[in-house]
Amino acid sequence: MPRIEMHVVDYVILCVYFLFVLGIGWALKRYVKTGEDFFLSGRSMPAWIAGLAFISANLGAQEVIGMSASGAKYGIMTCHFYWVGAIPAMAFVGIFMMPFYYGSRARSVPEYLKMRYDEKTRGFNAISFAVMTVFSSGISMYALAKLFEILLGWNFHFSVFISGIIVLLYIVLGGLTSAIYNEVLQFFLIVLGFLPLVLLGLKDIGGWHGLIHKLNEVSVSNGFAPGTYTESWSHMTSATANPMGVEWFGMVFGLGFVLSFGYWCTDFLVVQRAMAANSMSAARRTPLIAAIPKMLFPALVILPGMIAIAMHYQTKGMFLPIENGQPNYNMAMPVMLGHYYPSGMLGLGLTALMASFMSGMAGNVTAFNTVWTYDIYQSYIRPGQSDRHYLWMGHVTTVVGILLSVACAYAATRFNNILDFLQLVFAFVNAPLFATFMLGMFWRRATGHGAFFGLLLGTAAAAIHHGLTIPAGATAGIHGGWLGTIIHTYPSDMAQNFWTAIFAWTVCFVATIVISLATRKNKTNDQLKGLVYSLTPKIKDHDVPWHKQPAMLGLIVIAGAVVLNIIFW
Amino acid sequence: MKLDIRMPMGVMFVLVGAILTIFGWVTSSDAALYRRSLGVNINLIWGIVLFALGVVMVILARRAMQRDAESTTASRKGKNEPSAVS
Repeated sequence: MPRIEMHVVDYVILCVYFLFVLGIGWALKRYVKTGEDFFLSGRSMPAWIAGLAFISANLGAQEVIGMSASGAKYGIMTCHFYWVGAIPAMAFVGIFMMPFYYGSRARSVPEYLKMRYDEKTRGFNAISFAVMTVFSSGISMYALAKLFEILLGWNFHFSVFISGIIVLLYIVLGGLTSAIYNEVLQFFLIVLGFLPLVLLGLKDIGGWHGLIHKLNEVSVSNGFAPGTYTESWSHMTSATANPMGVEWFGMVFGLGFVLSFGYWCTDFLVVQRAMAANSMSAARRTPLIAAIPKMLFPALVILPGMIAIAMHYQTKGMFLPIENGQPNYNMAMPVMLGHYYPSGMLGLGLTALMASFMSGMAGNVTAFNTVWTYDIYQSYIRPGQSDRHYLWMGHVTTVVGILLSVACAYAATRFNNILDFLQLVFAFVNAPLFATFMLGMFWRRATGHGAFFGLLLGTAAAAIHHGLTIPAGATAGIHGGWLGTIIHTYPSDMAQNFWTAIFAWTVCFVATIVISLATRKNKTNDQLKGLVYSLTPKIKDHDVPWHKQPAMLGLIVIAGAVVLNIIFW
Repeated sequence: MKLDIRMPMGVMFVLVGAILTIFGWVTSSDAALYRRSLGVNINLIWGIVLFALGVVMVILARRAMQRDAESTTASRKGKNEPSAVS
């Protein structure tokens, strides 16, 4: 892997960015007076800011590096993670779920679960979510330090220190507002930092048609039909016809329904941004506004990966670094930056990469400190304290959250398998969650016991399914099959993931219904007002202009996603 | 809104844009440097784009500030603070 040389001008640009990140935190310091200011931005964000933060919190480094890697590995099919795996769920959360989240005045997703179901359901969600955010933030930190070590020769400890201290300072100073403002800044940086890269790459490869031509050769030499890397749906009738090893049903139901709705509709990391909006209408428009850049992001993060693999074949394997006889797909984006950007733009590109890592970390840390302070500390450890006390706790938790992230980053350097294992466990916990929320919001008969035990059974179903199946070519262990007998072999680990999610969701859905019917309702209809669809007065938005109506915006983004799917069919 | 995010963001892009533009202009005869970017002086071009974008953000933020100042207190009309506080 050739080192990338940074020059004075590149460092200057990086420093300007750091200066502004900290400056924004500093300028916001005097507005943070109450817990609500710190944890919820005082519910004062206009829709466009909340929307861009919504998308930016999701656009962590795993997204930029991972999606360009998948673009190189699987081609345009990676776009399904956007056009199938994000847009419909984002429209759904804005139109149907936000009225309950925002309208209930819950301060977090676990708190909504408490209002709707009971204490134990909330506790389960709060604790698993808190652990997950700390690990995600630690993994971001580890990935950043590792990448900058390989790419620029930066000292690992230095990268961990600098990213940790900057995120810590701007969150402690300005709370969620600071995180959100910085996410908006990061959004523009990422778009403006990567756009010229795509344009230069396309120019080099001979435009879109040149890319199709080159990728046809890649498809054929990998044993697939020509067009497999540039047509998103045409090769999905069977799992063996595409490099992802997934057929259309697993894709639509596993990714498009279970995983995507589970993430976008229930993950407090993103929902928190919409909860910070200044009105119900703004909160509902937040995910819809976010959906517009989201559906165009493939051009920014997947396309560079596709160009990289085309270049890799054109140069007879001289483009991407080789690891274990395979191209190292994770280096697709960094290699592209080093290949096309001269000093100057290189500074901007690396700053954008840095920004994407930091937005991912900060998003996790702000979600962590809210859930810890409100859902764990205030609920189980020290209830009934003054607002000042909880604000102080928020500051402490930010420091602790960062320290735990650092600890995770170092744990990852020594025990890589432990992190893989934890991610697997989180996947089990997350997969069934959307069934709990869906039933909670649309079926008033769902009970606390039903929700809690439904979740437990769904999580167990995910683990058992994973333990009994294995992706082709893998050995039993972290990839599955650890229960001894293997009853099914999937063509790829992605197919296995999708089907694990499908099983978990179905078991949770059925179990919650059955147990709810067998147990007594623990909340009266009056208590469920504003929390369940049929008991909540419908929001009338006919008197607002069309571009502010959530249903209208939802239709537009869905139509946009459909058109994109057809164009790149 | 307490601090208009477009103000710091705009100023940052004006600054970064200026750095890139000047660097691109100074190095415009350096063919070796721009071989990577296929002979395009991407620093100069993109520097100007960032600069212009930053200026637009600053203008939008200032207009919003003025509107806020006018609507809240008539006595302070036309007087806007540089720190973008409403």
